[in-house]
Amino acid sequence: MVAYLTAGDPAPGKTAELVLAMERGGADFIELGVPFSDPIADGPVIQRASDRALRAGMTLRGVLDAARQVRQATQIPLILFSYMNPLVRYGFERLAADAAQAGIDGVLMTDLSVEEAGEPVAKLRASGLDTIFLAAPTSTERRLRLIAEYSSGFVYVVSRTGITGEKDTVGASVGPLVATLRKLTALPLAVGFGISKPEHFQEVGRIADAVVAGSAFVRVIEEHGGEASLPGVLEDFTRRLCGTPQVAKL
Amino acid sequence: MSTISALPDAGGHFGPYGGRYVPETLMAPLEELEKAYLEARQDPAFQSELAGLLRHYAGRPTPLYEAKRLSGNLGGARIFLKREDLLHTGAHKINNCLGQILLARRMGKQRIIAETGAGQHGVATATVAALFGLECAVYMGEEDMRRQRLNVFRMRLLGARVVGVASGNRTLKDAISEAMRDWVTNVATTYYLLGSALGAHPYPMMVRDFQRCIGDEARVQILEQAGRLPDAVFACVGGGSNAIGIFTAFIPDAGVRLIGGEAGGRSLRLGEHAARFAGGSPGVLQGAYSYLLQDADGQVSPTHSVSAGLDYALIGPEHSWLHDQGRAEYLAVPDQQALTAAQTLARTEGIIPALESAHAVAMAVEQAPAAKNQIFLVNLSGRGDKDVDIYRENFPELDPSDANPNR
Repeated sequence: MVAYLTAGDPAPGKTAELVLAMERGGADFIELGVPFSDPIADGPVIQRASDRALRAGMTLRGVLDAARQVRQATQIPLILFSYMNPLVRYGFERLAADAAQAGIDGVLMTDLSVEEAGEPVAKLRASGLDTIFLAAPTSTERRLRLIAEYSSGFVYVVSRTGITGEKDTVGASVGPLVATLRKLTALPLAVGFGISKPEHFQEVGRIADAVVAGSAFVRVIEEHGGEASLPGVLEDFTRRLCGTPQVAKL
Repeated sequence: MSTISALPDAGGHFGPYGGRYVPETLMAPLEELEKAYLEARQDPAFQSELAGLLRHYAGRPTPLYEAKRLSGNLGGARIFLKREDLLHTGAHKINNCLGQILLARRMGKQRIIAETGAGQHGVATATVAALFGLECAVYMGEEDMRRQRLNVFRMRLLGARVVGVASGNRTLKDAISEAMRDWVTNVATTYYLLGSALGAHPYPMMVRDFQRCIGDEARVQILEQAGRLPDAVFACVGGGSNAIGIFTAFIPDAGVRLIGGEAGGRSLRLGEHAARFAGGSPGVLQGAYSYLLQDADGQVSPTHSVSAGLDYALIGPEHSWLHDQGRAEYLAVPDQQALTAAQTLARTEGIIPALESAHAVAMAVEQAPAAKNQIFLVNLSGRGDKDVDIYRENFPELDPSDANPNR
């Protein structure tokens, strides 16, 4: 299971602790969301998280610090999940070096098309970072080939057209999209967008190699942000969502 | 210089600027839009229907008017106004809307969405949607809804749904984000009618092409009336559609200065203006790479302008290219200077300009006295009816307090 959280929400100093809680709850991969002022691909839940993180003073440098903290405790893979502009501003060469040094494993840029990806991908890969691209239900086969070509690590399959957020059902287009991608690439496929219930995990888990959930976690962080019990609550929620058996408490 | 007008390249780049920076879900729809547009552009039936609507519905060609009293009072350059304010709906925005609505119909889309800042593009979109019987939703920041109440009502009267946007600064940028979220969700049925020379390719190219009639007409008209090309062309620049519309015809004329007026706002401190070339650096926002007002961490800065239509953090990508090439100059025009110019134009020529257009007038007014024997062409992109409330707030001496309920 791939778990997303917006780094810096509710506070920059909390991020590493929350990542570790999600790992204890059963997350296998973490997407560290870099907060951005204008998150055009996100629904209200992640928009609000982004606002809270920015108000709390989170920056890209702060996200890398959080990654470094996580790395001291665990080897769980960390993906930097960001809009382009904070990375453009930081500079890809510098980012590639600093992210690799901080223990980041890969980078996904929501608003980077493969057409514009040549230079960022070359620089990130040169530092050993994976580059993950989104495949969408609207993507043509020509585009899917390019996406597979530019991706390493895995391909992130968007389950439906639209923005991030919890939904009652998983998009119907995801099955055919996964099937097409299987013919084009041997990379693992992670499916996300709208996944928020244990049933979704089972349904998507049958066809995908990994399932991504984001807004559902961010909502828990929003609801319990001010409480000391947040890491425990998040850990329990993670466990319920991915259906990991409860570890007996001694 | 002729190579400049051959831009953008196949990927939508003007030099390094422009391109396509959007979520993957929108990439194939943008390719489809580009293909449909390139076909329509070559189709005589499309072009002839558009020309007919521009002439008989919108009111093209617009007059080129020599502002003799204004020029005489300033004692320098002869100032000519390109009267886009006389178009149906009161601004140049209708040129682009008519082109894009024909394209939407050609693509079989049933639903139109748009963003609006000052409300002029929203009104023009609501107008063409009504004309073609298509469903229409317009996203507008709540701050802009407050500033431009009259246009909100006009859109509703035309049958459009106005959707208030409460995120961010609650202005144009936030309205565009929300329109993009709608588009990404309803992309199969919905046409996004973007109103400025912004966003991902093909929008900056397409909007420029639909607006270039302004400069094409003005170039012929000024040759007829003045017997020669102008020395300088002035236009205000928010996203930059009216400016690119009047500049394009003159780009190959190396002797013609092209001057864009950005919103200088209250001051040139970050957050108090929208002058991208005065305080910005290249970045990515809402689909394009261009000069952007941002902080050291790459977060987009809040902006301010007395004029809602200029209140935006990114400049259209072709302007960034013209700027870097030295082909166009861009000046920051403070709020106060634009307000004063509006009053000057009203009192010398009997024309109340839109606040946006007042920024262009202000530059010409400032430069005219020292420009004897020169010819200035100013794009009067919109009329000021929508701004009367703001003029009223800013000229309290004209509005005794007992008669003003806002005070």
